[in-house]
Amino acid sequence: MKKYLIIMRHPPHGSIHVQEQLDIILTLAAFDRLVSLLFLDESVFQLFRGQSAEQYEHKETLAIFDALALYDVNDLWVETESLMEKGLILEQLTLPVKTISRARVSQFMSGFDVILGG
Amino acid sequence: MKFAVQINSSPYAGAAGEMGYQFILAALASGHSVLQIFFYFDGIYHGLAAQLPPDDERQFLRRWSQLSQQHGIDLVICISAAQRRGLLSLEESRRQNRTDQDLAPGFRISGLGQLVEATINADRFIVFPGA
Repeated sequence: MKKYLIIMRHPPHGSIHVQEQLDIILTLAAFDRLVSLLFLDESVFQLFRGQSAEQYEHKETLAIFDALALYDVNDLWVETESLMEKGLILEQLTLPVKTISRARVSQFMSGFDVILGG
Repeated sequence: MKFAVQINSSPYAGAAGEMGYQFILAALASGHSVLQIFFYFDGIYHGLAAQLPPDDERQFLRRWSQLSQQHGIDLVICISAAQRRGLLSLEESRRQNRTDQDLAPGFRISGLGQLVEATINADRFIVFPGA
């Protein structure tokens, strides 16, 4: 079966982007696909504990991330440098993630059959 | 090789349409086939029927419809992304008690399941990102 990697690059509430990406992830999960997520750049804030989108009337995407495990989507990767550049530490994220260094990302990506970025 | 393509930016706010189109032409010219173009995020605006650029400008609608007619490429607009942005097919607008027909000929509206199927059926799935 093909392995899917979804690349996240956007901050949580700047646009509808993350929500629409999550729709793709949930659809892949509904089709019983093997899905992994990689968080790069500002997307590391998507898992930041304590965020709220309530005042913007924006969907709480963090709650959807929290629910992904129910759909067997639990292979989450965060790029170490992105986390450091944004001044975050793993303890500030709400979900257990694995870390990968920037130098290893390219090789990591080659282990997947379908890569959905952008 | 069988390709499927995703276009994620609107005709005038990003390069995904142009890059995707050029990629498809090159793939076809090299003897490959293209199963589907899936329009997502702001890419759904490619399916807007009433796009009327001046004659001496790039005609995206004509390009997509030629690809569809000459090469049998399935042009799919994501329904949830389209509804959110106000692009309704006649069928959907009737359901909403409206009279809009925003969907250009040659395109069809369907769900994300079509994207998943395209990734399964194609040998390569290529994403052209938004802005």
